[in-house]
Amino acid sequence: MKRLLDWLDERTGYRKLTNEALYEHIPGGARWRYVWGSTLSFCFVVQVITGFALWMAYSPSSQTAWESVFYIQHQMWGGWLLRGIHHFTAQAMIILLVLHLMQVVIDGAYKAPREVNFWTGLVLLQLVLALSLTGYLLPWDQKGFWATKVATNLLGIIPFVGADLQKLVVGGSDYGHHTLTRFFALHAGVLPAMVVALIAGHIWLFRKHGITAKRPYKKKDAYFWPDQVFMDAVACLAVAAAVLLLCVRHKLMGPHGPLGADLGAPADPSEPYSAARPEWYFLFLFQFLKYFPGPLEIWGAIIIPGVVMGVMFLMPKLADRPRGHQFNLALIAVLLAGSGWLTWAAMKQDKADPAYQLAVTEADREAHRAAELAKAPDGIPLAGAVALLRSDPLTQGPKLFSKNCASCHRYDGHDGTGRQPDGPPRAPDLKGFASREWIAGLLDPARVDSNHYFGLTKFNDGKMSKWVKKNVTGYSPEQREQLRKVIAAVSAEAGLRAQRDADARDAATIKEGAALARGDIGCTECHAFQKPDEDATAPLLTGYGSREWLVRFISNPKHGDFYGSRNDRMPAFAESQILDTQSIGILADWLRGEWYVPGRDATAAAK
Amino acid sequence: MNPEAAPAGEAASPDEQRRDFLKKALSVAAGGATMVAPACAGLAVCLDPLRRQAAPGLVVRVTTLEALPEEGVPRKFPILASRVDAWNKTPATPVGAVYLRRTPEGAVQALNVACPHAGCFVDYQSERKGYFCPCHNSAFAVDGKLADTNSPSPRALDELKVEVRNEKEIWVHFQNFQAGHAEKIPVT
Repeated sequence: MKRLLDWLDERTGYRKLTNEALYEHIPGGARWRYVWGSTLSFCFVVQVITGFALWMAYSPSSQTAWESVFYIQHQMWGGWLLRGIHHFTAQAMIILLVLHLMQVVIDGAYKAPREVNFWTGLVLLQLVLALSLTGYLLPWDQKGFWATKVATNLLGIIPFVGADLQKLVVGGSDYGHHTLTRFFALHAGVLPAMVVALIAGHIWLFRKHGITAKRPYKKKDAYFWPDQVFMDAVACLAVAAAVLLLCVRHKLMGPHGPLGADLGAPADPSEPYSAARPEWYFLFLFQFLKYFPGPLEIWGAIIIPGVVMGVMFLMPKLADRPRGHQFNLALIAVLLAGSGWLTWAAMKQDKADPAYQLAVTEADREAHRAAELAKAPDGIPLAGAVALLRSDPLTQGPKLFSKNCASCHRYDGHDGTGRQPDGPPRAPDLKGFASREWIAGLLDPARVDSNHYFGLTKFNDGKMSKWVKKNVTGYSPEQREQLRKVIAAVSAEAGLRAQRDADARDAATIKEGAALARGDIGCTECHAFQKPDEDATAPLLTGYGSREWLVRFISNPKHGDFYGSRNDRMPAFAESQILDTQSIGILADWLRGEWYVPGRDATAAAK
Repeated sequence: MNPEAAPAGEAASPDEQRRDFLKKALSVAAGGATMVAPACAGLAVCLDPLRRQAAPGLVVRVTTLEALPEEGVPRKFPILASRVDAWNKTPATPVGAVYLRRTPEGAVQALNVACPHAGCFVDYQSERKGYFCPCHNSAFAVDGKLADTNSPSPRALDELKVEVRNEKEIWVHFQNFQAGHAEKIPVT
């Protein structure tokens, strides 16, 4: 063995190299304040290892980026941990960079003759920020998509070259496949290569000039190995432990939230995203921009950050002047305090903003739903996961309702999305439409003309309302029982999923109710029910609340089968081309509670 | 800057030597420990394909008897099936192809078009009355047997089980086999 190593040493000189690496002289002994550079190198190595593994499963295109990340996160062995480590180590690097910079400035390690090393460090800081920015987009989820869009749009305000620069970065006029291929090439190739080159130079220069030992010396001189290496290893272990804790934080703090890094809903350029925020370490810039309205934006986005960076580059030169070092210390303190204050202000404003909080809740819900649909037996179509969400009644129903129906209708008292529209409802509340409870409410003399039903419509004092108040009020217990059967029969026409078992169980009651509707109770005096009736004057009860009935009703309530010329204010959504057929179908499905539910639908399919 | 010279310079006491060794051991252990999680997670994702199974053999309705030439000339048909490709699921998409022909005995023979040598798709050439592989010139007779003793292919074309249902529907038990072996080993 010894001979083999001797042979190797003769050919490579590795012993000298190892000795130089390990026996770096440290005046005053090893100290904890020197660990930051090593922890940063450690983090970079972790990012390279996890990055290569992620690379093996990641697919950069607008139909596959989110999908491949979903697959890593939810389907591959250890995928959530791999993503989690990569994500949180990136965040740790930002904190460690700040600590490293502080230590270098406080200890005066940036002064001559170490200027060049300080500059490579500042460039490395920018490169790490660029890696964070490019990495944020790669999962192609709503969050990364909209936040990065803001960043690249800011490029556009640079004078003269802004528009072209933006086009080059984005890979075209708008976000798409080439945005991802470019960001990925930058994130996994160009930027890491530059980081490797600069770290090599940074460490070489560091060794050339030696450590800037902090005075007064507390201990006798030592060597890098093993004294400082021991401290560095412990610090790296602490960083690794913190990253792992963050990966499993949701499991430790309760059953909520995903393991590892978040993955939002797939990016959808047609779906506005009010919860868009940059990562926390860019929040100070985000907040800073708020103070620069319109034409002054370039000051907040480009000029002032550029000047600050410029002054930081000049710090080693400033230190040569009287009180220069004190100025630099003050500058770093002001910058850190300012960034900290801006970050805090941004968080505080968001916390106090109910619209933002609601947007975050919605974003979480959609992220969860997207994963649920992607895991469904039908899987993800070639068009990508965004197609799943766009056609999902549970996701789109509330939005369509809020935009198109909630100016008059309510859904359980709100606009479908949980928001409260202004003013009282001017049409019925449609939560549970056509269910037994809903129809029973309509046929209740106390409720038929309430705002929950016909209250603020022109049917407030219409035939139906009058009939209910006149007849049902005086019903005997037997008649009430008959009415209950009629309600079951009419409601069964809807074939609601939630009532499927009840409808099957009460088949006899429903049959009886149908006969009563045509007989003693007398629905068919105005309505057509189960048989065509040319003389019917009120909405069709055949198939009432079924998908077909609802689609036809929403398409055109003025149709003779529904309200005809007596229609109140409801628009004919299809005929007036307000909504397309697919959207109307989605609305009908949502009102009827027809959407994919994991577990339930899997068992239904198995049956 | 000599490792031997460095610590020995100040004639370390046995106590110091012990502390020094402990520090070195702990440094190596802590340094190693930091890499466990990233390395394991990365390795797990890299090895993930090992736990994935190929779609099991399919029984697919390919065509009807009328579509096959009477005189025993093979005709190529695509195999349409639902395909799972990592995260994507695609219904009824081509997953392979077969040559079908009527045998002189009146049965139907199905051959997987993949050459057992390296997996290129073979072509039927009517003027040479056999299948030929465009990659390394493997040659097979019309019944799929090796037509050439020097053929690079280690075995005949892979014959697949055929069922004729309802007197005319041709159903094929579709399966791919590993290339390069003398035996038919299903791809898993």
